[in-house]
Amino acid sequence: METFRDKVAIVGMGCCKFGENWSKSPEDMIIEAAYEAYEDAGIEPKDIQAAWLGTVSAHWIGMGGLALAEPLKLQGIPITRVENWCATGHEALRNASFAVACGMYDIAIAVGFEKLKDTGFPGLGVGRGMHPVLEMRRTAPSSFAFIATRYFHTYGLSPEDGKETLAKIAVKNHKNGSMHPKAHFQREITLDQALKAPIIAWPLGLFDCCGNSDGAAVAIITRGDQAKKFRDDPIYIKGVGLSQNSMMPHFQPGFDWTGFDVTKNAARQAYDQAGIKNPRKEIDLAVVHDCFTITELIIYEDLGFSPKGKAKEDVDAGTFALDGELPVNTDGGLKCFGHPVGASGLRMSYEIYKQLQGKVDKRQIRNAERGLAHTLGGHPSVSCVTVYGNSLG
Amino acid sequence: MFGIKSYGVYIPVFRMSRDIFSTAWGTRSIGGERSVANYDEDSLTMATEAALNCISGLDRQGVEGLFFASTTSPYKEKSCSSIVATAIDLNKEIWTSDFANSLRAGTSAFRAAIGAVKGGQEKNIMVTSADCRLGTPRSVDEQTFGDGAAALLLGDSDVIATIEDMYSVSDDITDVWRTDQDTFVRSWEDRWVLTNGYTRNMKAAVSGVMKRQGLAPKDFTKVVFYSPDAKSHLGLAKSLGFDTKTQLQDPLITNVGNIGAAQPLLLLAFALEEAKAGDRILLASYGDGCDAFILQVTNAIEGVRGKGGVKDSIESKMMLSTYEKYLAFRQLVSLPEEFIKLFPSASVMWRTKKWALSFHGGRCKTCGLVSFPIQRVCFGCQSRDAFEEVRLSDKKGKVFTYSLDNLAGGVDPPTVQTIVESEEGGARIYCLMTDCNPKDVKVDMPVEMTFRRFHREGGFYNYFWKCRPAR
Repeated sequence: METFRDKVAIVGMGCCKFGENWSKSPEDMIIEAAYEAYEDAGIEPKDIQAAWLGTVSAHWIGMGGLALAEPLKLQGIPITRVENWCATGHEALRNASFAVACGMYDIAIAVGFEKLKDTGFPGLGVGRGMHPVLEMRRTAPSSFAFIATRYFHTYGLSPEDGKETLAKIAVKNHKNGSMHPKAHFQREITLDQALKAPIIAWPLGLFDCCGNSDGAAVAIITRGDQAKKFRDDPIYIKGVGLSQNSMMPHFQPGFDWTGFDVTKNAARQAYDQAGIKNPRKEIDLAVVHDCFTITELIIYEDLGFSPKGKAKEDVDAGTFALDGELPVNTDGGLKCFGHPVGASGLRMSYEIYKQLQGKVDKRQIRNAERGLAHTLGGHPSVSCVTVYGNSLG
Repeated sequence: MFGIKSYGVYIPVFRMSRDIFSTAWGTRSIGGERSVANYDEDSLTMATEAALNCISGLDRQGVEGLFFASTTSPYKEKSCSSIVATAIDLNKEIWTSDFANSLRAGTSAFRAAIGAVKGGQEKNIMVTSADCRLGTPRSVDEQTFGDGAAALLLGDSDVIATIEDMYSVSDDITDVWRTDQDTFVRSWEDRWVLTNGYTRNMKAAVSGVMKRQGLAPKDFTKVVFYSPDAKSHLGLAKSLGFDTKTQLQDPLITNVGNIGAAQPLLLLAFALEEAKAGDRILLASYGDGCDAFILQVTNAIEGVRGKGGVKDSIESKMMLSTYEKYLAFRQLVSLPEEFIKLFPSASVMWRTKKWALSFHGGRCKTCGLVSFPIQRVCFGCQSRDAFEEVRLSDKKGKVFTYSLDNLAGGVDPPTVQTIVESEEGGARIYCLMTDCNPKDVKVDMPVEMTFRRFHREGGFYNYFWKCRPAR
């Protein structure tokens, strides 16, 4: 199998302001993000040869690619809608990348968006898809609370210790998010606030849960060997991995609920392509899927940043803080950006892209050369990992 | 020889002090406590619980019929006995029948089953009965009524009690009723109900059967009379010449309540629980007439001693603390509408009933892994269609992990979601926990499965399984 490393580069990105965008339609957000990306890449809409759209909430039955063709008037070119749970935005980029890598297109666009705040439900919804009774009252918070409960039990953390560890992650992400003008939440919180917040799904409290927001993000890609024609500082895709597990790990015999093979497998694929042997040393920053604080804790272990069962020590040591050894969620993560599902993978990539170009203001990680984006979808059933670098090789 | 082979009972875990009703309305409390079905229970689920208790440890293959008797059937048109039979995992080739509309429905089903077994048409028939009647708010009925179920397995061998005789009288009398438009039980004046309804009819049937058998009051070890309240049966028994202190079965009004059509069968089960070989039992039910039975306990009674029954069920309880919760459980108040609903599908439920109702998992014949729901391709070894079905409803399990969820909605939050690891091959089951105090939920806590009502999307009731702390 040929390596995918450096075959594709991102030459332009855009991201709308995330939040409760009551006054904006999905189309408004897509236009905002896309035109920022066009300008960033120095291209015109007519230069785009193919498009991939990621969104999960099909508010139109059989929406297909029209949700993108309509606002951007991208007519006469192929547009494919993809959906892969919370990895959906990532998936749009991944599929567009393969089309460019094989030489089919020179310029492609990947778009992700979600409009959660028009649903009237203040969360990501309750399980309902599989069967008339099987998913009764399964919520996203409860699925991830299962992990917290089991993780605390397995590694001997008292509820107090466990919750404090998680609260530290929320405090860190809120601090990072407070410095990002496009984040939904731009406010620091205290450890005490996080610990005393109302319980959503025990042991997870309000600040353990990510926001529920609207958003859109866009990437424009081209072949790696042509990238410099567009700009001096393209960002190369070093590796991309995707892995699936079962629809409902809730029913999967032996599933241990303290770590996820989907993340491990997706990371292994991406690391192999990128030539990464020691992720903790070789990755300069990561933006990961902190849908809940417990998810971020587990991700540290699944991505190989912390040894199994030891992530708490790294949290306590500040390893993943902005000034730590391996900063994670430098933009505030899902905690502060919320999780407009289809947009998230591209929003994460937007942060890495800007960081590796050295264009971030207060949050800039010095000399960042390699960054990782990670999404985890389902409950939990699918994961995508991408590794980016700012130079060839 | 024909008669009762096994009995099973079910009293819901929730009890409510009658003082809560009297405090809510500023009325007099009749004292004691009553059972209250949880919000996810109805007569069908309670009958299923009693049936599971009854069949526990016995062969299901030989059961050739199942009857369901209730005045509070969840359906006016659709067989509930078929649902109960599927839930307790009986064969398809059986006779199912529903008995309804009368407080005598329980004993009517009992009589019909005895007739069928005696006639040799069926070898074993299970009779289930449950009720969950509503007394008008502020009424004494609201305090007196209770919820519960009982089941009896009738058969032609290995019986613990034989049926010596049965005798019925029918009397069209409007004393206690509900029309097709009523939610709450109605009644005519008290004296009419007691003297001309209950006492007169009970006396007629009881004297009739005793006379036919040439038996006197002293010939009975135990007398089991349906009683609408805590004292009517006393006057009746006294007037018939029975010793109310030594012979009369306590109708469990003070600690359970009047559980309607199921009451005579529950009380009979209680009598059997305390019976000795050779005991003669008189049973009589009431409702537009009376069914009376004479039973004789056999030596086989010793074989079922200690299987758990009424006494244990009465002791295993949780207190329901507010009248508002009672109203919510019985859907007598409107709660916030559920925002996200499960998609109903009659065809999906029918297609998946082997696991959704009978609660079967699949054990892989290649690698031994047990999966729920049944998987055609094994999680462990990817063998295709190489599984045998295993029943998980009667297997215990442990909580592997859990959450207490305030977002998920429902009648009685927080929702307790659990992943249960079954003792059957470690099968994993995502399910809700019910009948529990959320604060007591722990990893590794022992649980058992229980059949519950889920929702009424699509206009029909969707039933499925939950777990509960081992009772």
